[in-house]
Amino acid sequence: MRVELTVNGEPQVADDVWEGESLLYVLRERLGLPGAKNACEQGECGSCTVYLDGTVVCACLVAAGQAEGAEVVTVEGLADGDALDPVQRAFLDAGAVQCGFCTPGLVVAVHDLLARTPDPAEADVREALAGNLCRCTGYEHILAAVRLAAERGGEGRS
Amino acid sequence: MTTPRVGERTGRIGDSTARPDGTPKVTGAFAFSSDLYLTGMLWGVTVRAPHPRAEIHGVDVGPALAVRGVAAALTAEDVPGRAVYGLDVPDQPVLARDTVRYQGEPVALVAADHPETARRAAAEVAVDYTVLEPLTDPRRALDDGSPQLHPGGNLVRHVPIRRGDPQPTAEVVVTGEYTVGMQDQAFLGPESGLAVPAADGGVDLYIATQWLHVDRDQVAAALGLAPELVRLHLSGVGGAFGAREDLSMQIHACLLALRTGRPVKMVYSREESFFGHVHRHPAILRYEHGATREGRLVYVKAEILLDGGAYASTSQAVAGNAATHAAGPYEVPNAHVDVYALYTNNPPCGAMRGFGAVQACFGYESQMDRLAAACGLDPAEIRIRNAMREGSAAITGQVLDFPAPVAELVRRVRDRPLPPQRSTDLRAMPGGVGGTTHGEDVVRGVGYGVSIKNVCFSEGFDDFATARVRLEVTGGEPVATVFTAACEVGQGLVTVQEQVVRTELGVDRVMIAPADTSVGGAGSSSASRQTYMTTGAVRAACAKVRDRLAGRDPASLGDEVIDATVEWRHRPTSPLDPVTGQGFAHVQYAFAAHRAVVDVDLGLGLVKVVELATAQDVGKAVNPLAVAGQIHGGSAQGLGLALMEEIQVRDGEIVNPSFTDYLIPTVLDMPPMSLDVLELADPNAPYGVRGVGEPPTISSTPAIVAAVRAATGRNLNRVPVRPEHITAEGLSVEAGR
Repeated sequence: MRVELTVNGEPQVADDVWEGESLLYVLRERLGLPGAKNACEQGECGSCTVYLDGTVVCACLVAAGQAEGAEVVTVEGLADGDALDPVQRAFLDAGAVQCGFCTPGLVVAVHDLLARTPDPAEADVREALAGNLCRCTGYEHILAAVRLAAERGGEGRS
Repeated sequence: MTTPRVGERTGRIGDSTARPDGTPKVTGAFAFSSDLYLTGMLWGVTVRAPHPRAEIHGVDVGPALAVRGVAAALTAEDVPGRAVYGLDVPDQPVLARDTVRYQGEPVALVAADHPETARRAAAEVAVDYTVLEPLTDPRRALDDGSPQLHPGGNLVRHVPIRRGDPQPTAEVVVTGEYTVGMQDQAFLGPESGLAVPAADGGVDLYIATQWLHVDRDQVAAALGLAPELVRLHLSGVGGAFGAREDLSMQIHACLLALRTGRPVKMVYSREESFFGHVHRHPAILRYEHGATREGRLVYVKAEILLDGGAYASTSQAVAGNAATHAAGPYEVPNAHVDVYALYTNNPPCGAMRGFGAVQACFGYESQMDRLAAACGLDPAEIRIRNAMREGSAAITGQVLDFPAPVAELVRRVRDRPLPPQRSTDLRAMPGGVGGTTHGEDVVRGVGYGVSIKNVCFSEGFDDFATARVRLEVTGGEPVATVFTAACEVGQGLVTVQEQVVRTELGVDRVMIAPADTSVGGAGSSSASRQTYMTTGAVRAACAKVRDRLAGRDPASLGDEVIDATVEWRHRPTSPLDPVTGQGFAHVQYAFAAHRAVVDVDLGLGLVKVVELATAQDVGKAVNPLAVAGQIHGGSAQGLGLALMEEIQVRDGEIVNPSFTDYLIPTVLDMPPMSLDVLELADPNAPYGVRGVGEPPTISSTPAIVAAVRAATGRNLNRVPVRPEHITAEGLSVEAGR
């Protein structure tokens, strides 16, 4: 089947899509956007987190056909050219990146969290990110990155 | 160490320099091995045996080849070179031919133009099995009636240690039997790679691994090719933790690529990943500690069984580590230790962060708490009283000729203020967002754990790393390029290499060339060794460059290129005496201490770790932010082993091969982690560095279990601790064991 959707603001067409393919497979293998990662294929790890019509989802759990006509934003769509998104910048500055496999999913999840809740309490951050597994960092520097991005966001607004 | 400040980076040794791969990792541009793509590539899939022990009478790939889109289907008959591989003992078939020794053992391979086509075709491969009764209890591995799984029998290695009085007596004696479950490394980036056939008859393999050259040698042997025709290139590695030290799909992808003449990509699913790499050895540990009434250790007796599963992998070295670390970071004049690594039909076990020291630590630290109770001492005090220091002798007789601040580490975590009694946020209670308690039945406990871990390869292994450094002027600026085969697996090795060059050559622009086998070997990114070893090699190569520079300003080189390669070794170690286990086996030890504070819901058996404090000596924090990240991440994996992580094996079959059923800590499971990092230089090591990655994984487990024991009064002789071990019913479970 053919799937037409918008990804990171660009109209995209994927042909010869098998009905069982996920949005994640289409993004990674058909549209050349491997930023969203495949680590569990069952929605447990959050590595494939993307925006689907403004809501964060695990792309591995969305059938390609469900994304027909949708607006998808992936980690590749967050930076503005060479200018990193403040969440991406904070991940680098706080040392939240080790192997980096969980990073794209977490960056999108934090981006969504801070868009909804610009100054979240730590317990709220933990709850919001509980669906994103990281095996390298013990999450401490990821939490620091969220705080940093929130602080800088606050400075930007004032 | 001071807390690194954001934005503080001049890029030299001791700075929290930013990762050169950081930006591509946060933008999604970084190419992990599972992201690779070539036009016209095929997808490879593995056919795996469903039985833990079976005979194979025939494999028919005909039905798979008949599926439209399938390009190849291979069996053991199609392996042109050496039929077996293995890190220490080549005992593992590339593809099983006559015998299956564990559930999930590869039997055949299929390549097709779509991964789903390949998977469906793989299901069509017909294998004729006779299923046999598996040997699954390591305690029975050496019994006369048990099946012999390998020609040499079921003993992979026995390591004895005999020191001091063979029949010591003591005023206070405590005994215990402990069990450690099978932990998985659970890296997030699954096994994957892309094999590309080359015009010269060779193959280029783009791969996520920990050790390029040892992969290369094993792949070349199986393909029947000269090593120089097999070129390995490190692709993006999504975590390792030991699980990438053994081969997974490397040979398989190359076989399919050479057969089809097309690039072949293989990517394991999460489920396949649980079958596709070795795990942490489950262990049964029997301990007896003797001490004076004042709590000074007189002797340690230990017998440790390590279930190596179906193939040897690194079981020999894991056994050596479990033995040499069996008494922990304590001075003890008399020791009688026997460690046995055994073959069974359980999943193969090998390297995982902590490597034999994890299992021993749960045993000896549980014993130290029992001893403290028997002597009426505080758990921290008994550790301080027996702590190793510089000049102490280990149970191998090895004298520690470097700082060993064990007592200081314990004091540091003990003297930290305790966290406030109880949070009012219900989410901070055991059960967390499940909202299972308002605080009724919740009790608090505090526990300690202290670890010792060898750094680098041991027991006389010829351990080296190679680095090539090229200095030239490009665009009017001096640029240094570093070539190594050292694997960046997330730990920040690429950053460290840049920092070394900037420090040694004073050149700001440093490029790290992609790691591959075109330079000499670097050894594995394991054993907490790669920063130690590659730092040593890069520094030595820089020294050679500096010699040739002879005081000139690098910017004045003009067209001259200075290029220097060094193969660098740490000081040699010795094998253990095969009878007494005595010897200078380890080049360096690293130490960490943890204090855990937990809240436990006695009614439901749920545990909330409230705080985890770590003190660790790192010799020199080459990159303080990265050091902190290693300690946090290591501590988290130890928490996982303490409370949730276990591959559950029933009759040789894994029952929980998914992230739904194999639980690793989420951000809700992790407590705030305070760190106290000491930098007492090891005079033998480059810049005084001490390996960082493993110690925190080792000691956080016993610290957390000790805290749960303190809160509940339960014995808790097994990790991971399950809720039923804590609740009232758990008493009978425990008594029955």
